[in-house]
Amino acid sequence: MLDITLNTWQILIIKILVILTVVPVGAIVGGYAEHKVMAHLQHRLGPMYPGGFHGWATTVADGIKFLFKEDIIPAAADKKVFSLAPAAIMVPIIMIYLVIPIDAALVVEDLDVGIFYLLAVSSLSTIGILMAGWSSANKYALIGALRSAAQLIAYELPIVLSAAAVAMLAGTLSLNGIVEAQRFPFALWPPGLGLALFLVFVTGAVAEMTRIPFDMPVAESEIITGPFTEYTGMRYIFSHLFAEMGHLVAFGGIATTLFLGGYRPVIPWEPLELIPGFVWFAVKTMFMIFLFLWIRPTFPRVREDQLQKFAWKFLIPLSLVLILATGAWVLYV
Amino acid sequence: MSAATGVIKDLEERGHGAFVENVDDDRMVINMGPVHPATHGVLRLLLELDGETVISCEPIIGYLHTGMEKECEDQNWRSAVTIVTRMDYLAPFFNEQAYSLAVESLLGVEVPPRGKYIRTLMAELNRLSSHFVWFGTQALDMGAMSGMFYGFREREVVLDFFEMVTGLRMNHNYIIPGGVWEDLPAEWEPVCRRIAEIVPNRIDEYEELLSRNPIYLERTRGVGVLSSSDAGALGATGPMARAAGVDWDLRRDVAYDAYGDLDFDVPLRTDGDVYARYEVRMAEMRESIRLIRQLIDGMPSGDYKNMDTKLTPPPRSELNRSMEAVIHHFKLVTQGYTVPAGEVYRAVESPRGELGVYAVSDGGTSPYRLRVRDPSFVNLQCLPVMTLGGLVADLIAAIASIDPVMGGVDR
Repeated sequence: MLDITLNTWQILIIKILVILTVVPVGAIVGGYAEHKVMAHLQHRLGPMYPGGFHGWATTVADGIKFLFKEDIIPAAADKKVFSLAPAAIMVPIIMIYLVIPIDAALVVEDLDVGIFYLLAVSSLSTIGILMAGWSSANKYALIGALRSAAQLIAYELPIVLSAAAVAMLAGTLSLNGIVEAQRFPFALWPPGLGLALFLVFVTGAVAEMTRIPFDMPVAESEIITGPFTEYTGMRYIFSHLFAEMGHLVAFGGIATTLFLGGYRPVIPWEPLELIPGFVWFAVKTMFMIFLFLWIRPTFPRVREDQLQKFAWKFLIPLSLVLILATGAWVLYV
Repeated sequence: MSAATGVIKDLEERGHGAFVENVDDDRMVINMGPVHPATHGVLRLLLELDGETVISCEPIIGYLHTGMEKECEDQNWRSAVTIVTRMDYLAPFFNEQAYSLAVESLLGVEVPPRGKYIRTLMAELNRLSSHFVWFGTQALDMGAMSGMFYGFREREVVLDFFEMVTGLRMNHNYIIPGGVWEDLPAEWEPVCRRIAEIVPNRIDEYEELLSRNPIYLERTRGVGVLSSSDAGALGATGPMARAAGVDWDLRRDVAYDAYGDLDFDVPLRTDGDVYARYEVRMAEMRESIRLIRQLIDGMPSGDYKNMDTKLTPPPRSELNRSMEAVIHHFKLVTQGYTVPAGEVYRAVESPRGELGVYAVSDGGTSPYRLRVRDPSFVNLQCLPVMTLGGLVADLIAAIASIDPVMGGVDR
């Protein structure tokens, strides 16, 4: 057994490096998965050439291409805000990864208020989107940014409420605690209620990630790419592509942790315990990502006012009812 | 100040220039297009928005203008088909058919039955391929991007058949005054039957994807409404008018080419919204399949074009034997045929509506004036009526449901 002792600073640096590698790699793999899953759902092959085997290097090539693009800042733009916006979008997304437990001991920080931190951080990037939209001096960007802000308010509530129900059932705010409390998928849940909470969470997550059917902030057929219309090159990657994919992987991990038993096996059976926890986590996260990717080629986009109606008249009342039911379950059962 | 500067200044003041300023702080003036993902080419819309509500919408056209009508005056009657076919590039056979009907009327020649049937067959297949593109773009503009790939997948099958028959996927130059340029190839029938067999299943797939999708229904029902009186006043034709309850289809009501022999229904809806147009076009595709089946079964034998040597060059084999054949060949190749002086308007029912050709001849070998009434151009002027008071997303759905082809609008 190797005996290495590291001081706090060394551990911190390693943690930072790991996170800074995991996020772009996750984004690249997620991007490739999106290409291929969507292609096969649409009766086509998708990228086949870059890298040789089934176009595995497509997203890498994409990234390199963006690296060489000219970095354009519009003359009328507010230059400081415009340049800062990609960072303001990207940093909160990276911060999500800090608390997701990949295995029992494999987590950057096991915070006692993990779920609270997660929900706070995951909505921060909207500030960056507003910055991007306002500073671009572009009308489409402005419309997109405002749509994004309106969407955040409407969809943060269902996510928070369903996550709160999870915390109530588990009796802890720590993400590791939640995983340990439920042991295997939906184990904590009263039948039906768990699935309903899960669906509410997934719907909210899709809206939070601004993916079809809730992708009005970046609806390409209406407002080009919304807040990111004026961005090019690496700024575009950080503000849009990495952000979208980073969100996708992060929400896959969050859903896995909250609802699917995280790094625990899918069914309580002794031999399955031999498979390492991070494998279970990866499999479940990929399943969630596939679910998110599956939604995109299936649905048309809803309209802005319909989204608000759906959120305020259906989803939020539903999650309030669910949280009441959860409370009743915790108290009386 | 010269006249030109005056015009430019006027255009700038009305916001037709490249830069537009907001009128006041509450309303946003925005240029949608000519380079925009959902404007079907180079349509430019000058929008005035209150939040996301459309207060005014002014379509500005001309970005694809290439002077094709004028260009036809420099061609002889036969080769003008080459230019006409490029106008509405999603419906090339209809352009050729309308033009050929007009020239035939001036010439007073008859098309042999097989020629008529081949024309009608190609036109109906073209209606399918054009509606597939409409389905794809309508779906894509509403965010249902899978529809795009499904639509283009089926269109490819039809275009392969066009390539087999005419040698080209688009701009075929196949239907000519007097009939069609070449007979159908030997193996046309099984290919055509196969298309008629697979396409209905694929249309079922489309319907499964969108027809009962609650999001799609929410987005299309009661959106972009065009009443039947507005449709009449603005000259809308085709699926636009039929979705508003105007029961008018030139295939049935004028019965050009082989349509008189065929049995088909004209789909009609009365809602006049985007969904009604969707339903009309879906039903039209199924009717086209019905027509194609009848055309395959009833395909007569015989000449495929009018063999009058004043109109059609004699076969090469005769050039070695007959002096008269050499003379006809020489005249037709160097000069082309002359068309008696007069003017005529003939129209066909294109996938987008009434596609009319108004041709004037001064008795020479080329058109004196050729004017094309393109349905996209006329239907596009309904856009402001359909979209005022709606949201930007409704505007996008409405444009897609007009299915404008800018090549046809600007000519």
